[in-house]
Amino acid sequence: MTGKYGPHVGIDIAHPAEQSVWAQYRGLLAIFAIFPAVLGFVLVLAVLAGADFGLMNALWKWTPFIFNGFLYNVAMSLFAIGFGTIGGIFLGMGQVAPSRLVTIPSRVATQIFRNAPWLVLLFYCIFLVPYQVTIGGTTYQVPNWLRASIGFTIPVMANFSEIVRGAVQSIPTGQWEAARSLGYKWSRTMLSIILPQCIKRMIPPWMNLYAILLMATPLASIVGVEEAMTNTRTALQAEANSRLLLPMYAYLLAWFFFYCYPIARLSMYLESRFETR
Amino acid sequence: MTAIAEFFRELRSKYGINLTILYDPFDIDRFLLGMWVTVELFLISAIVSVAIGLVGAGLLSLPNRFGQGLVRSYVAFFRNTPPLVQMYFFYFGLGALVPPGTNALGMPVERVSNFTWALVSLSLYAGAFNIEIFRSGVEAIHKSIREAATVLGYSKLSAFIYVMVPLAWRISLPALCNNMIELLKTTTLAYAIGVPELLYASNQIWSDSLNTFEMMNVLMVVYLALVGIVAWVMYRWERALRLPGFGAA
Repeated sequence: MTGKYGPHVGIDIAHPAEQSVWAQYRGLLAIFAIFPAVLGFVLVLAVLAGADFGLMNALWKWTPFIFNGFLYNVAMSLFAIGFGTIGGIFLGMGQVAPSRLVTIPSRVATQIFRNAPWLVLLFYCIFLVPYQVTIGGTTYQVPNWLRASIGFTIPVMANFSEIVRGAVQSIPTGQWEAARSLGYKWSRTMLSIILPQCIKRMIPPWMNLYAILLMATPLASIVGVEEAMTNTRTALQAEANSRLLLPMYAYLLAWFFFYCYPIARLSMYLESRFETR
Repeated sequence: MTAIAEFFRELRSKYGINLTILYDPFDIDRFLLGMWVTVELFLISAIVSVAIGLVGAGLLSLPNRFGQGLVRSYVAFFRNTPPLVQMYFFYFGLGALVPPGTNALGMPVERVSNFTWALVSLSLYAGAFNIEIFRSGVEAIHKSIREAATVLGYSKLSAFIYVMVPLAWRISLPALCNNMIELLKTTTLAYAIGVPELLYASNQIWSDSLNTFEMMNVLMVVYLALVGIVAWVMYRWERALRLPGFGAA
């Protein structure tokens, strides 16, 4: 790339010829290249543990059962990310609000729930959320997984609040001043000018947060939700074969890896894409 | 001491706030022991995980593709699987492969305790994050600094050790602080494999004394205090190492 002004002067402009389709999507394709590698890892572990086809059959036999449990992990994570994101937006806006009456409680709540261990918050919710609620004369049982989901929502909310605050503070103050001189109120500026610009910056950390959340959902097994971890342990107890322990846990790890790794790669990919613009 | 115990006994009888850990010597011992186990778990795994991070980041900066691939897959695996399942994998999965020893009475005992497995699991988990932190610390140093070191006659290795590492360490400290706080929070997972750390001890106390609500609040305050201490120590360290004119003011 030696041009008129000597080697490499000024801004690097990507050459269309150099940036082939392959180069653009290599990062994304690498996501799928790792899958056979992990499958290989599980197989090697299984062989190391002295696996035979009997053990393989056992893994296969319990797959639908573990899958059923995994759906609970996904359900809990979707519940928590949904409500946690909504709560986090409000808490995050509260952290940058013009009134101290709002900022101080928002900051305190964010710091408390961000820095407490997830498991402790989960215990809190399991003990404090009622077992049943009565709405309009009908009594509804609150299932365990729903109560655990509320326990996951709280740390997600606090973490997302920090993401919102960081994104809002990364917007140049000139925008606030410009909006103000145009007669926009604080709330209008926030909702129609600042937040829309923040969305792009918030997506990669939000995806990371989701992956962290999904990896936290097995904690619900400690408080008795029948998710993938609980079901794996049930399967192991039913089989009562100590040689199955290692392959079975490796298999469960692979389940989570298959779900989380693409999310992590996608967020890295989006982050690098957004950075260059 | 007795005055304090008397006050909290009264608090219980008058207002029903039952803080056994402040007047019952048995519960005080259990609670303090749990806190000590948590601190021990955190400190040892913090040191080991930083060592893993340094070695891993060093391997990544070498031009050895095999070493790089190994470190990358380690990082990808441990960052994208649940720490709780990792802990079960180590304790129940790998633990089952270790042949049991025998004690003086000839009874079978575990050769590797659950505390040790928790340490292994926590160190490997936090270490994977540390590798990424140190790697981005090395990458964040402008290449002119390495060039300047070369001009001054440093060899590649000595430039790395005497110039790059000290600077990378300073750049990495804030991220390392966050990861250490994460690690402290993750020590609660050792509860699941029966390590008598703070959460486990508290669980035993509230099961015996039926003071779940009080203990939950105590637990929350104690963890927030521990996180605060770690954050403060790291912040002071960051301040002490700061170089004038380097990094953010």
